[in-house]
Amino acid sequence: MHMADALLSPAVGGTFWLVTGGVFTYSSKRVQHEIDSRKIPLMGVIGAFIFAAQMINFTIPGTGSSGHIGGGMILAILLGPYAGFLTLASILTIQSLFFADGGLLALGGNIFNLGFFPCFIAYPLVYKRITNKRTSPKSITAASILSVILALQFGALFVVLQTVFSGVTELPFKSFILVMQPIHLIIGLIEGLVTAAVVNFIFKAEPEILQVADPLQQNDSKRSFGKVILLFACIALFAGGGLSWFASQNPDGLEWSIAKITGKKELPPPEQGIHSSLAKLQEKTTLWPNYHFNEPGIYDNAQTPKASPLSALKTGTLLSGIIGAGLTLLSIIGIVLLLRMSKPITS
Amino acid sequence: MSHHIVEVNDLRYNYPDGTEAINGLSFTIKHGESVALVGANGAGKSTLLLHLNGSLAPSSGSVRIGEYPLTPETLNSVRRTVGMVFQDPDDQLFMPTVRDDVAFGPLNLGLPVNEVDEKVITALQTVDALHLKNRPPYRLSGGEKRAVAIATVLAMSPDILVMDEPTANLDPKTRRTLIRLLSSFTHTKIIATHDLDMALELCHRTIVIHRGRITADGLTSDIFSNDQLLLESHLERPLSMQGCPICNRKKPK
Amino acid sequence: MAKIHHAFFDVSYFETLAGQNTPVHLVDPRAKVLTTLLFILMVVSFDKYAISGLLPFFVFPAVMITIGDLPLSYLLKKLFLVAPFAFFIGIFNPFLDKQTVLQFGAFAITGGWISFTSILLRFTLTVGAALILIATTGFREICLALEKFKIPRIFVLQLLFLYRYIFILIEEASRLVRARRLRTFNGRGMTIHVASSLIGHLLLRTINRARRIHLAMLCRGFDGEIRLMRDLKIQKGDYLFAGGWLLAFLIMRFIDIPALFGDLVMGLYP
Ligand SMILES: Nc1ncnc2c1ncn2[C@@H]1O[C@H](COP(=O)(O)OP(=O)(O)O)[C@@H](O)[C@H]1O
Ligand SMILES: [Mg+2]
Repeated sequence: MHMADALLSPAVGGTFWLVTGGVFTYSSKRVQHEIDSRKIPLMGVIGAFIFAAQMINFTIPGTGSSGHIGGGMILAILLGPYAGFLTLASILTIQSLFFADGGLLALGGNIFNLGFFPCFIAYPLVYKRITNKRTSPKSITAASILSVILALQFGALFVVLQTVFSGVTELPFKSFILVMQPIHLIIGLIEGLVTAAVVNFIFKAEPEILQVADPLQQNDSKRSFGKVILLFACIALFAGGGLSWFASQNPDGLEWSIAKITGKKELPPPEQGIHSSLAKLQEKTTLWPNYHFNEPGIYDNAQTPKASPLSALKTGTLLSGIIGAGLTLLSIIGIVLLLRMSKPITS
Repeated sequence: MSHHIVEVNDLRYNYPDGTEAINGLSFTIKHGESVALVGANGAGKSTLLLHLNGSLAPSSGSVRIGEYPLTPETLNSVRRTVGMVFQDPDDQLFMPTVRDDVAFGPLNLGLPVNEVDEKVITALQTVDALHLKNRPPYRLSGGEKRAVAIATVLAMSPDILVMDEPTANLDPKTRRTLIRLLSSFTHTKIIATHDLDMALELCHRTIVIHRGRITADGLTSDIFSNDQLLLESHLERPLSMQGCPICNRKKPK
Repeated sequence: MAKIHHAFFDVSYFETLAGQNTPVHLVDPRAKVLTTLLFILMVVSFDKYAISGLLPFFVFPAVMITIGDLPLSYLLKKLFLVAPFAFFIGIFNPFLDKQTVLQFGAFAITGGWISFTSILLRFTLTVGAALILIATTGFREICLALEKFKIPRIFVLQLLFLYRYIFILIEEASRLVRARRLRTFNGRGMTIHVASSLIGHLLLRTINRARRIHLAMLCRGFDGEIRLMRDLKIQKGDYLFAGGWLLAFLIMRFIDIPALFGDLVMGLYP
């Protein structure tokens, strides 16, 4: 459930870069202050482990398909929330660079969706609560399953929110969420089962590993972690607030999702939607001043704000548009050929 | 300066899970000696080596390196004196490139960058691996990895080289190159190995370990011709000292 | 599993590509990282119906691929491998946004199809840019650039360590998987139970490896701080690279070049 750059607006992508950046900086400070130098190689190698472990797949009962582990929760359990979060961030960074999973703009959002919830919500509020009372195979199993499900539900919800607020796709909030949440319930259950089994395996073989992992047990009182949670809750609120602020700058997406949420069946006529919202947009200071950029002569009616490059096509200048596009691509090919020719012959 | 460069006294070590890996070992090693540590799998060789530079702290007994008894205070200088080549070079080469890896130790010593660079180049030249300088470690062959791992240690200018099964997993030619390289070093050498032929070539002295105890300590050639001792220690004569499998005659010395 | 295993070979192939010595490869990694980020930001800042406005941006990957001597077909293949997500989310647009915006006789093109096309173009550009960055720069260099950009040290180290051990752990995991496959038939034996214990074993080995690495680090004077040899030197050419592209992006972002071209032609032949 990686978000992709192509589906994100810069505002939403940027907001989540900021939010993730905050959590990230704080986590880095915390990990750097832990005196335990063992964690430096441990985090790296466990990050690589998550990649490798994804090769070990299994059949999902009742279906023909196979699944593999995701890892956020295992990381939190093995490394503690801060180091776990950083490790997951590094995994997602490498995925976005090498495997083109997600993308660079979406990276902030992806780290948030997949790392924040397991490390800072599910781990302290569910996993720790349950296993602190009594650590036994049973409590580990229950705690793992519940926390993985919770983390994934939040993650899926935020994928939906980010997609809808970006407004690049037309997916309606309601139906999108009705698909995403149940699917991730099932995924969460299975991943929870595997997580539980792996943690129990470690618990039986070398229980001290699980204790070393947790910085919260060392000299860090519960109260101060409570503060951290509070801080992060504020960050999350800020993220939500930022989102809706940006969305209000881009009413197109919001109006339309609100219309959906309130249950109005039909979309407002796009013509009206786009135009009215752009009119509103003009009154405000805009994030992207270029919305007003208008080339006189391209449009037959210079008064019409530029809604989209479509208006150029729509208004009888279709041919000009197509020729222009063709010429642009031709020039790029020309540049490439020129570069090829001017390149010294090697090898 | 003490005449003995390594002194181990009634060393005992139990792993946290209770395994008694070392049960009272004592020996001394003099400057410039080359000593082979041989013994079956699980005899305690690796565990012993880890004590020589303070990677493990003895449950009882003591280790003395040069003038220093090994204590937390002397740990740093001991680690500079004792260069440790691990069994799996992948554990030792953890940096992104060969150069970064060889520079890791000297940088930790606080040397200025240009001096570090010199050390890197000298160390790589010694093991004939200068051409690998900018390669990432995972792109090296087994023999190259081993050579670079040795270079990372040489760059720290140690007096003592401690190696854990250096010829494991090497093909015959690479093994030969490595043996030649090691025999050119003038350091004090302590080599844990199953490769008795290499021990015969490189080390005049051999210590046999069995179940965490020394069962023999003496001239390599003597020990390897004592079949009873070898059998009890789950070892076998090196090939070069066995009869020819075809004509069953021993190689004339 | 096949996917990850391939990805593993890809990583080392990217390393080969990044080891070339073309003018693009020689540009300082900081300049390339920054330029790539700006490029992505510009591309995604277009409104959702943008098509023609995005076209000029193809000049960036085209130039980088040509000068950087990168295999185009390989990059395209990678792109298609990860396309499904953007595709499946985007493909709803044509069904949801049915407002006709173009009429070719009997054919009607709806806004949904336009925005869907736009999504695919963005996808190609943004993902392509990231792939080009890694293929012309190399991972270690990107990490050094990140450190210069004040990304916390601990994270840069984390990236470097992760990258270093991916290769080894993937090898270990594939040995486990191979051993399991030799003893399972028709997918039986691939239960969650079996998989979990394999993963558990792999994890234990991993943790033990981390301990050995830590020992090896301590043996060479590790004191909690890792010092890297930094060999980045920014030069005039690097500023020129980043500045030039930034200028080009701005022009392409704010001047509708295809429209200008179109007008020009239409103006010549009214
Ligand atoms: N981390 C460990 N925890 C518990 N026991 C160990 C550990 N490492 C080694 N051992 C045990 O200690 C003994 C000595 O092992 P080792 O020194 O590795 O032998 P060698 O290197 O001679 O093969 C063996 O019985 C082995 O099982
Ligand atoms: Mg051993």
